[in-house]
Amino acid sequence: MARSMAMAGNIAAAYSTKQINPHVVAAYPITPQTTMMEKFSEYVANGEVDTELICVESEHSAMSACVGAAAAGGRVITSTAANGLALMFEIVYIAASNRLPIIMCVMNRALSAPINIHGDHSDSMGCRDSGWIQIYNENAQEVYDTMFMGVRIGEHKDVRLPVMVNLDGFITSHKIEKVDTLEDAEVRKFIGEYEPFYPLLDIENPVTYGPLDLTDYYFEHKRQQVEAMEKALPVVKKISKEYSNYTGRNYDILESYHLDDADCAIVTMSSTAGTTKFVVDKMRSEGKKVGMLKVRLFRPFPVEEIRECLSGLKSVAVLDRSASFGGFGGPLFNEIRNAMYDVDGKPSIVNYIFGLGGRDISAVQIEGVYDRLMTAQAKMPGDVHYIGVRGD
Amino acid sequence: MDQEKTWKEIPWGGLILDAGNAQEYHTGDWRTERPVHIMENCKHCMYCWICCPDSAVIVKDKKMVGVDFDFCKGCGICMKVCPFDAIKMVVEGEEGD
Amino acid sequence: MASLKQLTEREERLTGGHRLCAGCGASIIVRQILLATDYPVVVSCATGCLEVSTTIYPYTAWKNPFIHNAFENSAATISGAEAMFRAHKRFGTIPQDKKVKFIAFGGDGGTYDIGIQSLSGALERGHDFMYVCYNNEAYMNTGIQRSSATPMGASTTTSPAGKVIPGKKQYPKDLTEVIAGHHLPYIAQVSPGYYMDLIKKVEKAMEIEGPKFMNTFSPCPRGWRHAADASIDVAKLAVDCCFWPIYEIENDVYNLTGQSNLIATGKKEKVPVTEYLKTQGRFKHLFAPGNEEILKNIQEEIDRRWDKLVKLSSL
Repeated sequence: MARSMAMAGNIAAAYSTKQINPHVVAAYPITPQTTMMEKFSEYVANGEVDTELICVESEHSAMSACVGAAAAGGRVITSTAANGLALMFEIVYIAASNRLPIIMCVMNRALSAPINIHGDHSDSMGCRDSGWIQIYNENAQEVYDTMFMGVRIGEHKDVRLPVMVNLDGFITSHKIEKVDTLEDAEVRKFIGEYEPFYPLLDIENPVTYGPLDLTDYYFEHKRQQVEAMEKALPVVKKISKEYSNYTGRNYDILESYHLDDADCAIVTMSSTAGTTKFVVDKMRSEGKKVGMLKVRLFRPFPVEEIRECLSGLKSVAVLDRSASFGGFGGPLFNEIRNAMYDVDGKPSIVNYIFGLGGRDISAVQIEGVYDRLMTAQAKMPGDVHYIGVRGD
Repeated sequence: MDQEKTWKEIPWGGLILDAGNAQEYHTGDWRTERPVHIMENCKHCMYCWICCPDSAVIVKDKKMVGVDFDFCKGCGICMKVCPFDAIKMVVEGEEGD
Repeated sequence: MASLKQLTEREERLTGGHRLCAGCGASIIVRQILLATDYPVVVSCATGCLEVSTTIYPYTAWKNPFIHNAFENSAATISGAEAMFRAHKRFGTIPQDKKVKFIAFGGDGGTYDIGIQSLSGALERGHDFMYVCYNNEAYMNTGIQRSSATPMGASTTTSPAGKVIPGKKQYPKDLTEVIAGHHLPYIAQVSPGYYMDLIKKVEKAMEIEGPKFMNTFSPCPRGWRHAADASIDVAKLAVDCCFWPIYEIENDVYNLTGQSNLIATGKKEKVPVTEYLKTQGRFKHLFAPGNEEILKNIQEEIDRRWDKLVKLSSL
């Protein structure tokens, strides 16, 4: 195994991209994604990769070029955040609908307005129905490792879908951490060679991408995408397991932390899981039966596995880093409560919206959530609450 | 192609693998007028062929030999561009000569 | 240059059975362009008449690899495909001497308007591709709404000739001149009415490495309100009246070609624009009493743009 390196999440994303050595990278700068593409541009300038780097004039063209490149046949990577993701939204759907296994790092950042450059999940949550596999990462190590798993997952013959690798803007993208890396040869061995799937560049077997699909066939193509997502779930599990065995670093679609004998738990994603683990450790040392569930795989949403993890708990708080205006709580809460609806003896489930626009969530605030869960025991009053906003 | 195929039987992503299969779809029945090729006037200049929107002028061995009525929509461009009166338009269903 | 007879021996890469209207300029242009080369081509196409009518699932009229992505990104899409081609050469998975040409099509809506950013970006980045705009001067696919390519005075569904406003109030954007600012190795303006000129330019463009742009004049019988059989005549008249000069800009050197060259050098007469306008129903109202001033203004604007172009050209 190769060495440990100190790197920020964005550098981990760039370094893993270098090791993947994709055919094409197309991207456009946006805070807090820029340092990934700057680093990758250095690799290109120094001849450390064979990649064609396309510095496009907008995120819309970034995803458009990715679609053209992936349809032409080869490995394609991009990255963006917030307004950039919003600008490419139209083509995000097209990438998935054309079954193109593009990898996109999203340095999660709040959407405008007002403009804000810090981390929340409003950008990628807006794309949750786009047909992309979404994996949310806690730290730079996870980002690094998920890139390799993402290549295998997206290109899997039963799946053929694009994969979004999410990391919290600034918190993970810019924080320097220790990352255990693989040797280039080890990466190559794990990801394998790209296998073409009806490439445009196969001149002898011409294919038409993106036809007009009307009432007679559109629904069938959408049904295929549903199936692809269903098939993706066991594939993500299998490849996570394979990668865990390969590297000794454990990955799964969910990470449960002291859930087995817990009375109450917090469900959350990305970097907040790290803070929550710290709080769980502290409270456990005080004899309090608290646990945490980190959701890594948000799309496809692992319903059965969630039920297994949360059954038997008395109360659960779901922490969402994005709001669904006019909806019933945040997107993660929606999914979790929906998944648990038919479970006998299901826990009481409440929602906390936190951290919009990158507002910090502290260990004290998380402990406060656990305290309320423990005090209420049976049913928490109210459904949707807010952490750290003035006036509530 | 069979219009009744299920989602399990068609290629993923809306891909069409049978290049040029639009030829199975005949637009000839759109026609209200029909070009008639008058061979004795024809100099095989290929003006009609290069201006046809529907790839419907049949050329064999560099000679204009007729019109593919599976695809000809009867626009009449061939008649208009012909410098030699070698194409005339007649109402569909009526005799050409 | 290949003769028409020689071209007939090439494969038709756009088949019959597509569902463009009878007399459509777009399919004439695509045929003329693809027949002008025997290189293998990969085509991208913006959303629009050409795309929807040629690829109605489960049918495709394209015998070459084809991708439609969205409306505004035909150029960005082909730039991705072209980059992938170069990447495979670098990776050694496609032989160095393999030749494939990349062509992006878009209508005036997808080129002059919503796709101009994507086009400008791809041209600036220097991809080896040719962009072809089939300019039918309005959003025909959605029902003849005005675009920035719609000529002054034309009646469209969003610039209808009304009681107080006589059609579109603005002159059309001169996109070829906008593209000229990109200083490309090859830019051309063509008309399918003068097909030998068009074919010659395509043949030339295909031998030039780097980004190429071709603006083609694409008559639309439905939207312009002329008979289906008049498309080629109208496409010629537009050149004859200097509304649509045919020329090329090769590394910033302007050359009026074919009919336009003959007009500029006095060998052919410049036709008054009214001769062109009267062929189409979209300009009919301009000939009603009281609109003489508009006709005069249109002629003056054409003269102004033509004179500028003649001055730029080496004759």
